[in-house]
Amino acid sequence: MIRTSETMYKYLRPDKTFPHVWCPGCGIGIVMGALVRAIEKTGFTKDEIVLVSGIGCSGRMSTYLDFNTLHTTHGRALSFATGIKLANPKLNIIVVMGDGDATAIGGNHLIHSCRRNIDLTALIVNNNIYGMTGGQYSPTTPMEDKASTAQYGSIEKPFDICKLVEACGASFVARSTTYHAKMLDALLSRAIDKKGFSIVEAMSQCPVQYGRRNKKGSAVDMMMWYKDNAIPNPAFKKIPPGEVGEQFPVGVLVDLDEPDYLERYSQIVKKAGGDKL
Amino acid sequence: MKGHKELLLHGNEACAMGALAAGMKFFAGYPITPSTEIAEFLSVELPKIGGTFIQMEDEISSMGAIIGASLAGVKSMTATSGPGFSLMQENLGFASMAEIPCVIVNVMRGGPSTGMPTRPSQGDVMQSRWGTHGAHPIIVLSPQSVLECYTLTIHAFNLAEKYRSPVILLMDGIVGHMWENIQLPEKIEVIDRPEPSVPPDWYNPYDNLPGGEIVPLVPFGEGYRYHVTGMVHDKSGFPTLVHEEVEQCLDKLIYKIKNNLHDIIRIEEYMLEDADICIVAYGSVARSAREAVNIARNEGLKVGLLRPITLWPFPRFHLENISKRVKLFVVPEMNYGQIYGEVLKSCPKKAVRVTRVDGELITPAQIMEKIEEAAL
Repeated sequence: MIRTSETMYKYLRPDKTFPHVWCPGCGIGIVMGALVRAIEKTGFTKDEIVLVSGIGCSGRMSTYLDFNTLHTTHGRALSFATGIKLANPKLNIIVVMGDGDATAIGGNHLIHSCRRNIDLTALIVNNNIYGMTGGQYSPTTPMEDKASTAQYGSIEKPFDICKLVEACGASFVARSTTYHAKMLDALLSRAIDKKGFSIVEAMSQCPVQYGRRNKKGSAVDMMMWYKDNAIPNPAFKKIPPGEVGEQFPVGVLVDLDEPDYLERYSQIVKKAGGDKL
Repeated sequence: MKGHKELLLHGNEACAMGALAAGMKFFAGYPITPSTEIAEFLSVELPKIGGTFIQMEDEISSMGAIIGASLAGVKSMTATSGPGFSLMQENLGFASMAEIPCVIVNVMRGGPSTGMPTRPSQGDVMQSRWGTHGAHPIIVLSPQSVLECYTLTIHAFNLAEKYRSPVILLMDGIVGHMWENIQLPEKIEVIDRPEPSVPPDWYNPYDNLPGGEIVPLVPFGEGYRYHVTGMVHDKSGFPTLVHEEVEQCLDKLIYKIKNNLHDIIRIEEYMLEDADICIVAYGSVARSAREAVNIARNEGLKVGLLRPITLWPFPRFHLENISKRVKLFVVPEMNYGQIYGEVLKSCPKKAVRVTRVDGELITPAQIMEKIEEAAL
């Protein structure tokens, strides 16, 4: 435990940006811890990492961590990250977004980043709600669940983020939850090491804006729900389609070996007779 | 692309060549008439020099990508027209707030909305000034010729680096698509990003230095880890709501431009010394205006031309000085009078406008009509 705290402290900006904005029971701190441990494991220095974030609760992560950090506009984090990566391919870029940030306002950038297979790591913190603005329904709010703008229950079919990005061509797709924090560490370090566009979806409880409205209980209750319903992908595949219910797969869902954008671009440079990138 | 040689170019091509001459190595854009030739040209030329060309999914992400590239230390640019420029406003505000150098080319076409994609206009003058929300500074340049598309693009990059600000090159469809035989200047000043003068521990990317000196923006990855945000920030870059710090952050944005008007503002005067009537015109319209001055002078009318090359910040003091000497300002524009409004602000009751919004050029004859009317 002490060792974990020391690792965490090494990457925080304690004298500048605390106290943080997250509510008691919020899962984003657990996700941030997993990200820090994953980066520590990859061995990259702080200077080699660029942490780009969007707007919302998860967007604040870039403020707290001691990397090259960029807190962009709502939904646009991936486009800023694309510019950084192509301008300096040596940098390792991690993009933190929320569910509304990545799949509603930033949905277009998300699907095209997958298709281009740009070598970025996207961490989508999915708490099924717009937390910071007061609990409005997001593209991942389950049908019939309540939100401040869906007082009668949501009537929109939610996205399955992992299926969405798989269909768009992402090289690496994985999912974990705040209950499965160790798995999240491992998936994130694999995603960071992976060449190409990799996505990790972290299911994260929002007891204040989502849980309370939908009678999900405390933060612990919500994490226990993750424990009960998250099924490792190989086991999940064996469940007959009619019997899935609320269960969802976790672990590595997609892992492809395909040339990334920069590899393809270097062929363009060669064709044009240019210098090596 | 060597000096001396005469080249037959159109404005968009000259702009792209100017960008390369300025050291631009990153272009992100989305196809839109009448600016597309800039992207097409750079998609061929940038790979040859190891630069990056990328066609993004829209203009929002194009703007985001050039900000990202600039933060990684590479001079970057995008090019668009009215509808795309509207989409860029969000991240243009970010570039202003976070003080990220970059160049945005807007080859204006008829609007509003889809308007007239293939017809020229000067309808985005106010949008280029006030398009993004909140009080922010901006530098906007307006070329009148193919040669200026080249030289002012380089100048735009210089100003962007010098003042850590987005700079807009506001072309119009005529200038962009016009072909001219030009001779590229042999030597032209190129300003690159300065190195930081302090070690990482002392570095505050948004510091208020004495004398208004601007802190160099250190590229990500060089050991100067700092935070960049679109939120109001303190001198170290972290969000703040402490009112003194808020005021400092916002004041600094405005004053870094306001205190350097003498360096930023460029104008051209033509036969103004003894003029009774001053035409104020920019972009392609200034070419017609110059011809109108020649015609008027042949008729014995004392007419001159003031051409703002820098549209924003608006050369208000120049105008006020000239207004002491002339009886009337005539402001021809391919809009309903956007710069005319600025002229009125500086010299009330002394200006008339010549407007045209049907996608056709303003001719010297049309300007002359107004001048003869006034001279009577």
